[in-house]
Amino acid sequence: MEILKCASAGTLESSDAYVEIEPASGEVSVSLESVVEKQFGDKIKAAINDVLCEYNVKSASVRVIDRGALECVIRARVETAILRAKGK
Amino acid sequence: MLFLPGNNPNMLINAASLMADAVIFDLEDAVSPAEKDAARILVRNTMKYTDLSVCEVIVRINSVDTPYWKDDINVILPQKPSLILLPKTATARDVRIVSDYMSEVELREGMEIGTVGIMPLIETALGVENAFSIASEERVRALFLGGEDLTADLQCKRTKEGKEIEYARTRLVVAARAAGVDVYDTPFTDVNDDEGIVTDTAFAKSLGFSGKASISPRHIEVINEIFSPTASEIDYAYEVIDAIQLAKAQGKGAISLRGKMIDAPIVARAERTIAMAAALGMARED
Repeated sequence: MEILKCASAGTLESSDAYVEIEPASGEVSVSLESVVEKQFGDKIKAAINDVLCEYNVKSASVRVIDRGALECVIRARVETAILRAKGK
Repeated sequence: MLFLPGNNPNMLINAASLMADAVIFDLEDAVSPAEKDAARILVRNTMKYTDLSVCEVIVRINSVDTPYWKDDINVILPQKPSLILLPKTATARDVRIVSDYMSEVELREGMEIGTVGIMPLIETALGVENAFSIASEERVRALFLGGEDLTADLQCKRTKEGKEIEYARTRLVVAARAAGVDVYDTPFTDVNDDEGIVTDTAFAKSLGFSGKASISPRHIEVINEIFSPTASEIDYAYEVIDAIQLAKAQGKGAISLRGKMIDAPIVARAERTIAMAAALGMARED
């Protein structure tokens, strides 16, 4: 799926995550800010990349601010942001 | 039954720990139009990835007069919720429209047709008047009364005493029982009125409701307590069943217990009490 415009999803509230996604040229970059980055940073990034792969996103810049969200919440917010960024 | 807002992760992920028999993930009133897409994905993931085996999961989708309800069903139905709560159900046709679409999705997903039931939310004057035909639709498992929207439609004030919805309450109980389905009462919305919730819940039970919804975890304990059979009710139910079995073994037709004739309605009530006791882990160990 092509990321055609900037989009965001989620909130900065506790147990949630805020995700921003925007078009990029040629690669996928993920930046993560999380209160549990030391312990779970790799796992969270893997989940984010997994959702990007599911939607076949080849180029995008993704920024995630995690407020202690469960993985299923982060996945939901990334998916929503992708779908909002696909255009129309 | 506890309502939880569909776009609030903090509440959704704690659903299983709130002691409700059923949770209602709300995609309708609790979610703004701009967040409908986010909420349905969040609810789907909560159902898919968290352990909700301790309670039934019901999802309130958006009503058939909105552009959202088909997407709600597309995303939610594959997770096999116990029920779809269908707001603003006013006619049997509303149920059929949604049921037909659910069948399409069930077929597409390789699910058995009719896997997921519908619980129409009756919250308009027309819905109350059509309650029996709505309850009689094949996929309907229970009716649900929505007092807030109903009073708006009736153009009256919603009060704690609830006189204004008494007709609707009794009408829904009669319609649901006539159709052979359960019926659930509207939430008591003052979360700080500890006496009011007791009175309102006891009244709902006295009318014949199967249970009651809540918008606050604070009310769950009271509702569960009032709708659960007491120890003496369970004891009596077993006495009735034991007496019936003894009479059958002795070839007797009519029997009495504690000076009262035991007839079919008393046996049916005893069986319901024992079934509920079993569901609550309060059944006698044989």
